[in-house]
Amino acid sequence: MNLILIFISAAIINNYVLVSFLGICPFIGVSKKLGSAISMGMATTFVMTITAAVAWLINKYFLIGLHLEFLEIVSFILVIASLVQLVEMFIKKVSRPLYDALGIFLPLITTNCAILGLALFMVMKQYNFIESIVYGFASGVGFTLALIIMAGIREELELADVPKHFKGAPITLIVASCLALAFMGFSGLI
Amino acid sequence: MANSKVTYTKEFFKGLWDENPILRMVLGTCPTLAVTTSAINGVSMGLAVIFTLVMSSLMISLMRKMIPNEVRIATFIVVIATFVTVADRIIAAFYPEISKSLGPFIPLIVVNCIVLARQEAFASKNPVGRSVIDALGMSIGFTLVLLVMGSFRELIGNGTIFAKQIMPLSFTPWMAVALQPGAFLTLGFMIGIANWINAKGK
Repeated sequence: MNLILIFISAAIINNYVLVSFLGICPFIGVSKKLGSAISMGMATTFVMTITAAVAWLINKYFLIGLHLEFLEIVSFILVIASLVQLVEMFIKKVSRPLYDALGIFLPLITTNCAILGLALFMVMKQYNFIESIVYGFASGVGFTLALIIMAGIREELELADVPKHFKGAPITLIVASCLALAFMGFSGLI
Repeated sequence: MANSKVTYTKEFFKGLWDENPILRMVLGTCPTLAVTTSAINGVSMGLAVIFTLVMSSLMISLMRKMIPNEVRIATFIVVIATFVTVADRIIAAFYPEISKSLGPFIPLIVVNCIVLARQEAFASKNPVGRSVIDALGMSIGFTLVLLVMGSFRELIGNGTIFAKQIMPLSFTPWMAVALQPGAFLTLGFMIGIANWINAKGK
């Protein structure tokens, strides 16, 4: 039951993009086409789930075990960067179609602040190992959800008569504002 | 061209408007949206970014001939992460309240695209003086946007600026502006208006 609550809370109520403001760069950059939004979402969910597991282990046995908490930021970012590289090589070897589908989105994930944010939040919330993995997966699902909704709207937006200077990022942000308003309705669900 | 005074000034001022990281290049949007609930939060975040960006640019620019091309991104990230840790610890030690209200967004400066982009595009290719000036201009441009946005959202959402009552007491604050939707809306309009002013000037 607790795990379901963590899932709903991370995926919808505290949606990373629309409520916690993490991962806005890919949210604006990759939400033009539905297809690439889905690939990006999948790649991010994948990396987030693994990051949650690895970051938990690092935090428990390396940082807390050796009293090196001040190295938190440096070690997490290094772990994420190498993890993304590793995942990329692994997928390339094991599943060529998946690699082609995720393509250039994998390396971009390193600089997605949602991943580092996930690791930091996870430590703050003091989840246990299983809870962390569920939390990581749910955050990825939430990110994907926001990305797909946005991509759907933006494909329609192409046909709309947007003022010239508001094309691109500004109108995306304004639409995101409406979405955020809608997601605020979920707060208090749990 | 590197030594004339004009280019130094230009290097500095381009960050304020022409190449403003938020308004013109739409970089570093996550902290911009998240911390501008009040003017003081926006400015503290800006100061942390000024420190990190200037110090990292200085460091990277000094080391630019020693860094092998293949591992440059990793090197940048380690240098940036080090200075972010320093900033994070200082803020946590001396200004615990600010540290609390900014939460994880100080550590997240590491993955702020502005900082990494300046290392990649400028500091790794230019001498120390110019890199520092460039970093100063960019981070001050970033801070100014945060200040304007934070002041606006605090004024409309709470009726105050820097916790001083500005609006008449009969004014009913629009809570939504201080919450998430207001952040997206304000930034969207600011970028749109900046585009408009820029197009008009040409």
